[in-house]
Amino acid sequence: MAIRLLINLARFAVTYVAATVLVFLFMRAIPGDPAQIALGVNATPELLARTRAEFGTDRPLIVQYFDWALGLPFGDFGTSYVTRQDISPLVLDRVQVSLILVVLAMIVALLIAIPFGTLAAVKHRSPGGILVSGLSQLGVAVPNFLAGILLVVVFAVGLGWFPANGWTPPGQDFGDFASRVALPVLALASVQGAILTRYVRSAVMEVMSEDYLRTARAKGLGKMEALFKHGLRNASIPVLTVTSVQLAALIIGAVVIERVFVIPGLGSMLLDAVGNRDLLTVQSVVMVLVAITLIINLVVDVLYTVLDPRIRKAS
Amino acid sequence: MRSSKKFGLAAAVLAGALSLTACNAGAGSTASQEAQQDSVTVALTGEPVNLDFTTTAGAAIPQALMSNVYEGLVEIDQEGKIQPLLAESWELSEDRKTYTFKLREGANFSNGEPFTAEDVKFSIERVQSDEWVSSLKSKMDVVDAVNVLSDTEVEVVLKQPSNAWLFDMGTLVGAMFDPSGVDDLANTAIGTGPYAIEAWNRGQSIELAARDDYWGEKPGVETATLRYFADAVATTNALQSGDVDVVYNMQAPELLSSFESNDKYQVLEGTSNGEIVLSMNNKEAPFDDVRVRQAVMHAIDRQAVVDTAWNGYGTVVGGPVPPTDPYFEDLNSVYPYDPAKAKELLKEAGAENLDITFTVPTRPYATAVSEIVVSQLAEVGINAKIESAEFPAVWLDQVFTKHDYQMSVVLAVESRDVLTMFNNPDYYLGHDNSKIKDPAAKADAADEAGYVEGMKDVVRTIVDDAAADVLFIFPNIVVADANVTGIPANSVTEALDLTNIGWK
Repeated sequence: MAIRLLINLARFAVTYVAATVLVFLFMRAIPGDPAQIALGVNATPELLARTRAEFGTDRPLIVQYFDWALGLPFGDFGTSYVTRQDISPLVLDRVQVSLILVVLAMIVALLIAIPFGTLAAVKHRSPGGILVSGLSQLGVAVPNFLAGILLVVVFAVGLGWFPANGWTPPGQDFGDFASRVALPVLALASVQGAILTRYVRSAVMEVMSEDYLRTARAKGLGKMEALFKHGLRNASIPVLTVTSVQLAALIIGAVVIERVFVIPGLGSMLLDAVGNRDLLTVQSVVMVLVAITLIINLVVDVLYTVLDPRIRKAS
Repeated sequence: MRSSKKFGLAAAVLAGALSLTACNAGAGSTASQEAQQDSVTVALTGEPVNLDFTTTAGAAIPQALMSNVYEGLVEIDQEGKIQPLLAESWELSEDRKTYTFKLREGANFSNGEPFTAEDVKFSIERVQSDEWVSSLKSKMDVVDAVNVLSDTEVEVVLKQPSNAWLFDMGTLVGAMFDPSGVDDLANTAIGTGPYAIEAWNRGQSIELAARDDYWGEKPGVETATLRYFADAVATTNALQSGDVDVVYNMQAPELLSSFESNDKYQVLEGTSNGEIVLSMNNKEAPFDDVRVRQAVMHAIDRQAVVDTAWNGYGTVVGGPVPPTDPYFEDLNSVYPYDPAKAKELLKEAGAENLDITFTVPTRPYATAVSEIVVSQLAEVGINAKIESAEFPAVWLDQVFTKHDYQMSVVLAVESRDVLTMFNNPDYYLGHDNSKIKDPAAKADAADEAGYVEGMKDVVRTIVDDAAADVLFIFPNIVVADANVTGIPANSVTEALDLTNIGWK
């Protein structure tokens, strides 16, 4: 158990360091000079040189890399030369927004997927089960942003039930927060829910064909009772795997949804920073996303051992 | 049995949560209606990255701050005329080199400091110092000395007479700063204007609150909020759902029809300083040959470009000067649409069946324009291959800095920028300025009538030379709630002056 955790932590560290090098080099490889963008048209070579020196982008790459990377473990992302502000507090603001969005969307998606997926599996030959399968198939095919645009057109512009876009922090005005977060969460959750429904369905169907479930039925348990007592825990392992992968995908999906709904999350910060070649901010946001993904994997790995005693014993 | 109860519970929770949020949406909109008369929310695309236009280029910063937070000695009105602002009046000496400004009394900065002649000296000299990194600083090169005569009188001595300088004083280089208010320009803006920044929610909005101690008339509303959106569709959605009152400088004319037919909204079409410049690299083949450039001018039906690419919004003027500039004239007759003539010129130049690369920045106007330009060029035997360039990063690097392009198209937004574009052979257009250099200098130094006539000549020379094809003057499209008044429809400087915006 402890060894498994240690191995995972070591993997975390190596992946993280490799990611810092990759993202750093990638940002240097794409065309576009931050000083040129800051000065815009009419910039003269002298002004450009002065601005590059001020930004520190004229220093050797290796110096720039360590200057940035060594601050990361301490939560110091440096100062953005575009906004002239410390990056860490800005990223922290945006992370909260994105996490609220993603976590709410995942909860709603699971609330959709678990009951409907189970239903579709148990009643996979009845019209209800086929309908759920069909709808989930449709949902999988719809991209997040399209769901978002459709929701805006119908519920905000058409019916006027919700604001079309924008964000209010929950602490500031909860009612306004709820009305503004509803559509983006729904946009993310409907697609995500459809994907997960399919996984829940196949996981439950697989469990239902297992010998132990037949044994449970033979003991006299009803179909649902047998499934709840003996099936769901087993079915939850593949679902957990998919959920963790989808959670990472959801964070990326949120980038687009944040754009559609004008939400000041990590995604919009990332896009703006790429556009301005705000290298340090891009690197930092990407590293936060990498960290979140790695942490999810770490947590999921621990959850496996909780759910499945065999994994605990094997390690 | 147990299972169906659980499903029911989950469904009930979900439905409850949704209805709760729907109720709250309703509650929010009534509250905003009550506050409506005292505030206005303007939707814009492109948020400032910081608040310091002395070191950061781009239209977003001065758009938010000039006229609202910062003021100059003079301002440019909706017709492009110079009007007094922090200077009540001024006199120009006989030799046209010395301006004596009489300053307004009782004006102060939002940090409480009074506005005096010392601030004028400080602000002008700061533009000339290393503190200003923005390239616009060159507009202040002509100033020789600033002399403080008294608290309310200041004298500015120019190296040579200049008509352009006083106009520029009404743009961002003329912004007046307080010496104690420039420590953190990127994050705090301290000016003499009617508004001060109340809050900046990064990624969302800038909130401006009317100042109680403003020297002039109070603005039409207490709070003006500038809300920033990634694209035009999001702005009109927000307008339709009541989140914003005005969409300024709207970038998607195809969305306008639904607003034009609805009494709840007003659609304004003003002019702007922005020229859609179809650039041809004057220094490189094939466009180093004036006949090839002239052929392009004849090959393009500019009115058709506006009609197709921008739904007919925008003004075709045939030259690089917007109608609000004093030396404007309609030059459409110089290169009428004439594909036969174009083919003839290409034949003369030995440039038949020409293959060129057309570098198109990733901006809505550019992609819209490029398609029709390509098809019109094809008709005269110029095969343009579109190559997309991310804007601003890649376009600035490739086209603007390295001049690595043949043809491109960009919206040039700077006010009175005809000389910036064409009077500098090192500029990306690469226009040979030998014929206009002296006449331009002479015009700037002449009296007002001489300036206008001189500049007209300069502009005609530029157009004769087919230095670039200005397809049309970019419209300033505004869509707003029908009850909002005082919206500046024309965009003659970088500023979006919010002071007159109010409600019926």
